[in-house]
Amino acid sequence: MTTEYNPNELLICVASRLMEDNTTAFIGTGIPMLAASLAQKMYAPNLVAVFEFGGTGAILEELPLAVGEERTFHRAISATGICDTMETAQRGFIEYGFLGGAQIDPYGNLNSTVIGDHAHPKARLPGSGGANDVGSHCWRTIAIMQHDTRRFVPKVDFITTPGYLTGPGAREAAGLPPGTGPYRVVTSLALMGFDDETKRLKLLAVHPGITVEQVVENTGFELLFADEIGHTPPPTDEELRLLREEIDPEHLYI
Amino acid sequence: MQVLESGIGELIQPPDMNAFREWNRKHKNKALVDKMMSEQEAVSRFMFDGAYVGTELYGTVRCPMSLVRELIRQGYKDLRVAGQGVTELDILLATRRVKTLDITYIGNEVYGISANLRREVESGRVEKVVEWSNGGITWRFKAAAMGVPFIPVRSMLGSDTLKYSAAKVVECPFTGEKVALLPALILDVGFIHVHRADKYGNCQIDGIAGFAPEMARASKRLVISAEEIVSTDVIRAHPDRTVIPYYLVDAVVHAPYASHPGEMCYVHRRDEEMIREWVEEMKTPEGAQAYLQKYVYDPKNHEEYMDLVGRERLESLRYQKGGER
Repeated sequence: MTTEYNPNELLICVASRLMEDNTTAFIGTGIPMLAASLAQKMYAPNLVAVFEFGGTGAILEELPLAVGEERTFHRAISATGICDTMETAQRGFIEYGFLGGAQIDPYGNLNSTVIGDHAHPKARLPGSGGANDVGSHCWRTIAIMQHDTRRFVPKVDFITTPGYLTGPGAREAAGLPPGTGPYRVVTSLALMGFDDETKRLKLLAVHPGITVEQVVENTGFELLFADEIGHTPPPTDEELRLLREEIDPEHLYI
Repeated sequence: MQVLESGIGELIQPPDMNAFREWNRKHKNKALVDKMMSEQEAVSRFMFDGAYVGTELYGTVRCPMSLVRELIRQGYKDLRVAGQGVTELDILLATRRVKTLDITYIGNEVYGISANLRREVESGRVEKVVEWSNGGITWRFKAAAMGVPFIPVRSMLGSDTLKYSAAKVVECPFTGEKVALLPALILDVGFIHVHRADKYGNCQIDGIAGFAPEMARASKRLVISAEEIVSTDVIRAHPDRTVIPYYLVDAVVHAPYASHPGEMCYVHRRDEEMIREWVEEMKTPEGAQAYLQKYVYDPKNHEEYMDLVGRERLESLRYQKGGER
């Protein structure tokens, strides 16, 4: 018998299980922070969290609300500045990077800048922030998205952060560091990866209670499928306890 | 070196490094002179209509709010703004006096999209929006700090962020690979809030420094507000801690709780309730104007702002001594 959980709790758990021990991850505001904190407590005690405004190696005992606040360098290894962390990523030191966006396309390109035309936008969104840098320099990026056809679109209105751009070889042709790019997309319905040959989104596993058909219906383009579609294990009692009691007791995100 | 691609965004302030050198020679006093003044004087002395301004911060942390509130009170218009910003650029946009933006991120982080950014850009009142990444804009400050007209980086390549910026892509003369060149960014006036400064403008920041070291060196005029004013002996006891030396600074304003309703690392936490009030009010144009009236125009200065918020309330946000929260 599994405890009840909400969609954000599931997203956080799935993202946290992707983190490896003894490596580096660029962490943004929101769900990635909770996922990193959960990972440190359960799966990856030596995960080095890097926050763009200068915190490296914080112990994430309490949930940071802002990307530069004190908890992002609580008992950290170093507290420097934005040039240092971005340059560290540019030198190839950062393995994972977490991203979000208002739109994603089959190649993992992300939009967080405008809906509609740039000169006369229907909706002006916050802009790149550190996302473009994370998506350019981290070896493997993980996007976390709500899953619906407004967000999963054939072509994003604006490429804020490069995924595989137009397909195989396009990142390298644009001058981006070879061997980098989108790795996973964690959505409210499923876990996805990218096909090695075509660099297009590929369904890897569906979340508890979700069917492949539901994923297809909520995706605005043709998906690829792994040979065997897996099933995401639901959040464990221990994951939920940590999230609710230690990481986000005030329920700001969950 | 052949230019392979040019961003179509306007270069809001083209870099002139020789002029910047001349400026630094002529207008940046190398003598140790007392630069303490009121925020009213600091802002009126260095601000002008159409100025290209920047604020330094991260999230809601260490935002130079008291200086921005004063800048708004004095009514400068047609502002050109370089921005990564949360509370301070949101409130500046609420005044409808921002004309052009070099933008990386303007939003409310956990509380979502900035309603003021949406209104101002979607209505066309902000006439030009030029895109950059956080790394990109910081490296632009770094180029100016280095005294060179551009800096090569590997961010922004292949993206619309580059297409709608004023960056250029060239073939690297050493490796033959594509590289993005970002133009140096020199501000007319920069605003930075620090933990402590002496009266000459030597500054220390506790915790992460964000992009303060770079922006301080990229500003023709630099106005500092400080939680605490200390004697120069404090600075000289730990010279390794001086992130901004006095000769970069034009004005020093004593302003405790200057980042309120945001926070100041190791000093005080943020005022969650008042940040929520802010975000709620800003959702409508009427609310935004009411907020400006109540928290910016009605109090005549930062002292009166602190009275309005309440001294006890501010005190209750302070961390206990010894770093305990």
